[in-house]
Amino acid sequence: MSRSSTTLAEERPPAPREPAAPALPRLLSGIPAHGGALSLDEHLDIHGGLPPIGDRPAQRRRHAPSELIGRIERAGLRGRGGAGFPTATKLHAVAAARRRSIVVINAAEGEPASHKDRTLCRLLPHLMLDGGQLAAQAVGADELIVCVCESAAASVEAVAAAIAERSGLAGAPARVRLSVVPGGYVAGQESALVNYLNGGPALPTFTPPMPFEQGVRRRPTLVSNAETFAHIALIGRHGSQWFRELGTTSQPGSALVTLTGPVANPGVYEIEYGASLSALLQAAGGTTSRPRAALLGGYAGAWVEGQLLGGVALSDEHLAPHGASLGAGVVALLSADACPVAETARVARWLSAESAGQCGPCLNGLDALAATVQEVASGTAQGNAGKRIARLAALVQRRGACAHPDGAVRFVLSALETFSAAFADHARHGACDACASPAELPLPVRSSAGAERRRGVGSAS
Amino acid sequence: MSATLAATSGSTYWYLTRSTGGVALLLLTAAIVLGVLDVQRFSTPQWPRFVVDSLHRNVSLLAMAFLALHILTSVLDSFAPISLIDALIPFGGSYRPFWLGLGAVSFDMLVAVTITSLLRQRMGYATWRAIHWLTYASWPIALLHGFGTGSDVQATWLLALSIGCLLLVLAAVLARVLSGWPQNLRARTAALGGAGVFSVFLLLWLPGGPLGSEWARRSGTPSSLLGHSSHAKSQGGGRR
Amino acid sequence: MCAELLPERITLDEWGYPLIDGEPLPRSLLSHARRAAAACPTFALLVEREQGHD
Repeated sequence: MSRSSTTLAEERPPAPREPAAPALPRLLSGIPAHGGALSLDEHLDIHGGLPPIGDRPAQRRRHAPSELIGRIERAGLRGRGGAGFPTATKLHAVAAARRRSIVVINAAEGEPASHKDRTLCRLLPHLMLDGGQLAAQAVGADELIVCVCESAAASVEAVAAAIAERSGLAGAPARVRLSVVPGGYVAGQESALVNYLNGGPALPTFTPPMPFEQGVRRRPTLVSNAETFAHIALIGRHGSQWFRELGTTSQPGSALVTLTGPVANPGVYEIEYGASLSALLQAAGGTTSRPRAALLGGYAGAWVEGQLLGGVALSDEHLAPHGASLGAGVVALLSADACPVAETARVARWLSAESAGQCGPCLNGLDALAATVQEVASGTAQGNAGKRIARLAALVQRRGACAHPDGAVRFVLSALETFSAAFADHARHGACDACASPAELPLPVRSSAGAERRRGVGSAS
Repeated sequence: MSATLAATSGSTYWYLTRSTGGVALLLLTAAIVLGVLDVQRFSTPQWPRFVVDSLHRNVSLLAMAFLALHILTSVLDSFAPISLIDALIPFGGSYRPFWLGLGAVSFDMLVAVTITSLLRQRMGYATWRAIHWLTYASWPIALLHGFGTGSDVQATWLLALSIGCLLLVLAAVLARVLSGWPQNLRARTAALGGAGVFSVFLLLWLPGGPLGSEWARRSGTPSSLLGHSSHAKSQGGGRR
Repeated sequence: MCAELLPERITLDEWGYPLIDGEPLPRSLLSHARRAAAACPTFALLVEREQGHD
């Protein structure tokens, strides 16, 4: 397996395994033993041929919504990129546009704690591309673009090979291409991706217009997460009722999660929504040490204390009382050996560095936030640091062009609440013994577009 | 009688073009100073930021108005063969083509700046800003145009005024470059270098150039006017 | 600058960026709000028409 040389804390790249739940695996069916990607033939053997739903380009201008979109609506599929936006709504919006549209498969995956999208690309590219093809037919798009992060070399290769394998495939869009996008936390944000595809930096733009109205080359653009397209590929084959056989009423279906931390087999797993965290941990071979806490949803997510983890179920509905959500399917465990304060300070500093630097409140606020958290961690905070953090949080939220500052604030505030004793301890006595232990929460060492931009450009005006 | 009349109307426009040119230089200098104050967010209780900003915009527009007059009067003036085209398309004229052309270059830049600023809200910020920086180039070009074409350059008061304006602009540029140092180090060093080179160039060139002998001939005044030129000058000087 | 031109609705945070309450503007403030938005050096302000209102 290829080594991802950019991650800081990971020992080896994760590999998907098949969990115990009976109706699963769906997406992760038939992972080949040879460790490479499923070829087109192997893929068709497992899942069957592409469904003849009858959405042909000639039917694009009909007023009746496409059959596929109807199925996706009944299935209740929501985006798997973290925002959970209803996929059918997006499809309707792009299909209704006058101009010929473009479909973008977003596998940029800027979230360091998530590996599911690059894993899909690396091992199951045809599933993703099937979904892209079906969606393109449904919205009348003539171009399909797959965006893969430049640091995931094996994934890039696999997608390129898969696209080549599919050339000439019936029903494929006129143009299918791969776009390698820079790493960076905000690079996978919808408008940032469109910005990059239009020749600009991979940084969020000030909406409007939204990508579904005017995106790549000013054409209506459907941008969805790679995993979402994989689900579309299966809903197209098996229908909405089948999709709803797993999961909960409000969150139907299965989902990929990335499990990291003190477990025997960290990696990408497929769960049904509502499955218990314990079942997932069991499927991963159990924990290697009692986890101190779990970070759910990624670095814009929230913490759940270790003691509560036994009763946690993996759906937004069940996690809401804990103040958390699954986000892009991130479950990052923190071992008892790690120092949550040091980890929070590291990630907060990284999040501030990942700011696009376009909005003053985010650029300044996250910097001040990270500095304050670091002061608390080293015991050098003056005055009431808690109050200062609360004030900064209020100043930063909803004052950026994207949701990055809001996510960073959520992460920090959740850490302060979950680890209040540890933070108080650090404020009084400074660094603890665990501060020196190796970092557990994964962070890349690459420089992002935001950081590059801030080095080149000075202060506002 | 008619010769005197012709000389009078010629002189009037010639006066106007010189005076409006001089005023334009003053206003453009003020516009740059105000522009730097604006971007530095300068303010006092009596001069809040929106006042500095409005002044910058209005002084700039006033400068454009004076430039329009400057061009119009230079075209209307019968003495020097300057057509309207020469004011916009540089280096094609027959009167001191290079030095006049510099004026056209500077004016063209300022037209672009003005139009983009009036349409500011309809264009991207980065584009608007990039074009706006042309002002830093247009000013020294305008100054050189003034030195090269102006017939009063040897007058002490005008020379002092020009040098005074130059010092003000240099101070503004210095203030702009130093704030936020050392970000964008390359651009800032280039700006400082450019300003320094320009100043040194002036120091070396002025004495032997416009302030030197027979500049009218050397700068490209058509020979048919050369005799008249000195005549008109002394007459104008006499009227003063 | 915007805080100077529309002090009724805009205050500045510690970094000089505008804080807006997002409440609908009365007609009397509309021209002032437009001027404030036009004056912003980075076009960070927008005067938006609310659905159903003026």
